[in-house]
Amino acid sequence: MRIVRKILASELRNVARSRWMVGYALLLLGFTSLLLRFGGTGERALLSLLNVVLLLLPLVSVMFGTLYVYNAREFIEMLLAQPVRRGALYAGLYGGVALPLVAAYLLGVGVPLLARGSEAPGYLAHCAMLLAVGTLLTLVYTAFALCVAVRIDDRARGLGAALLVWLVTTLLYDGIILGVATSLGQYPIEMPLLVMVFLNPIDLARVLLLLSLDISALMGYTGAVYARFFHGGGTILAFLMLIVCAATPLLVGYRWFLRKDF
Amino acid sequence: MKQARVVVAGLSKRFGRMEVLRDVNLAIAPGRITAIVGPNAAGKSTLIKTLLGLVRPGPSALVAIDGVPVNGGPRYLERVGYMPQVARFPEQLTGGEILRFLQELRGDGFARDEELVELFRLGASLDRPVRTLSGGTRQKLNAVIAFLFRPTLLILDEPTAGLDPVAARILKDKVRRASSTGVAVVLTSHIMAEIEELAEDLIFLVDGAIVFQGAVSSLLEESDEPTLERAIARRLEGHVS
Repeated sequence: MRIVRKILASELRNVARSRWMVGYALLLLGFTSLLLRFGGTGERALLSLLNVVLLLLPLVSVMFGTLYVYNAREFIEMLLAQPVRRGALYAGLYGGVALPLVAAYLLGVGVPLLARGSEAPGYLAHCAMLLAVGTLLTLVYTAFALCVAVRIDDRARGLGAALLVWLVTTLLYDGIILGVATSLGQYPIEMPLLVMVFLNPIDLARVLLLLSLDISALMGYTGAVYARFFHGGGTILAFLMLIVCAATPLLVGYRWFLRKDF
Repeated sequence: MKQARVVVAGLSKRFGRMEVLRDVNLAIAPGRITAIVGPNAAGKSTLIKTLLGLVRPGPSALVAIDGVPVNGGPRYLERVGYMPQVARFPEQLTGGEILRFLQELRGDGFARDEELVELFRLGASLDRPVRTLSGGTRQKLNAVIAFLFRPTLLILDEPTAGLDPVAARILKDKVRRASSTGVAVVLTSHIMAEIEELAEDLIFLVDGAIVFQGAVSSLLEESDEPTLERAIARRLEGHVS
C-alpha cells in the first residue's frame, strides 16, 4: 500500500499541474456557470448539464486517460525496472488519472451548482445525484482508457479504439435499443429493454438522472416502467451496476498489465 | 571463478509468430563490462528487458540475478540500475522530485550515489520541470538514476546517445569506476569504438541467437581484423552468406 500511495502522490502531482486538467476544470466551470445564468431555473439547468455529463465526461475521460498512459509509456517501463510490483503501479496509474478528472468535474460543475443554490424542492438531492453519476462515469471511462492503452501498443490504433468505445456506448448502443424498440414495439419489451439499459453505463446514467429529475413522463410508458422499477430499490441496483461497469474493464486491464511484455 | 551475477539458461521468446530470442544461454560475472551487439531486430532490447522483468521469460527458461529468479517478485531490482535508451519522465515534475520519488519507492535503507549530479553540474536543472529540460539534460538525469542506488548490476541501453562528448566521457569513466568495484555492467551501443573502449566481454546476437560470446580481445584475434567494427562486420557477413 505504501508504494501505491507514493506512486499515486507522484502521478497526482504531475497530472494536477498539467494545463489540460486545469483547462478541463475551467471549461466545466464556465459552461456550468453560463447554463445557470442563462439556462433558466435550477431544474432546467440541471437537465442541460445532463448532456454534458453524458457526452463530454466519458469522451474526455477515455481520451485523456488513453493519451496519458501512452505518454507515460517510457516512464512506466522505468518504474517497472524499480522494485515495484506491477499491481501497485497499475493501481497508482489508475488513481493518478481518474482522481484528478473526478476532482476537475466536482470543482467545475459542483461549485457553481452549490454556489447558485435554488429554492426548488429536492435541488440539493438532484445536484448530489448529478455529481455522483458523473463521478462514476469518469471512473468507468478511465478504466476503459487503461484497458485500451494496456492492450494496444500502437498509439494511433489505441486512440481509435478509445474513441470507438465512446461512440459505441453513447450513440450506437442507443441506436440498437431504438431499433429494437421500434421494430418490436407491439410486444411487451419493457423488461428486455431494461436489461439492455443496464448493460450500458451511459444509459444507466441517463435513466438514473432523468428519473431523479422526475421527468420520467417524457419517456412515455417505458418511463413509467422504469419509474416503478427505480423507485423500488432499482436506483441502488443501478449504482451497483455502474460500479460493476467500472470494475470490469479495470480488472481486465489489470490482468493484461500483469502479463504484458513491455 | 566468482559466482555469476546474471545467469540466463534456455531463454526463448516469441512475440506472436516472430521468434525474438532462441535458446539464449549466458553468464555475466561481477566486475565485468559486457556489451550486447547485433544488427537491428537481433533481440538485444528483448534480452535486456527480460533481465529487468519487463518481458516475461517463458516457463522453461531460467533467468536469475544473483541467484534470484526474475519472475519471483521485484525485490531483486533494488540493486539493479537501468538506463533506458529514451528518457521520458513525467513532464510536470522536477528532476529533484523524480529522484526523491524513486528513493521513496525503495525506502530509506539505500545510500544514494549522487556523484554524477555534481560531475554533470545538474544542480540547478533539478529544480526545473522536466518539460523545460533539453534532451541531453534529460539523458544526464537518466544516467544519474541508473547509478543512484549503488547497483550491483547496471544495464545501460545506448548510454551515450544524445550526450555531448564531455558528458559521454564522464559517464564512461563512471562506468569503468563502477566496474572496478565489482559492479557487473551490461550495455548496448551502436558505436563500436565505444564498445571497444569500454567492454571486456561481448555477446553477439543475430536473429535472436548468440553467435559469439567471449572476450572482445579473442574476437579480434580470431577475425584477424584491426578494429571491432570490422571484426563484427566480417562475422555478420559470414552469417548471412
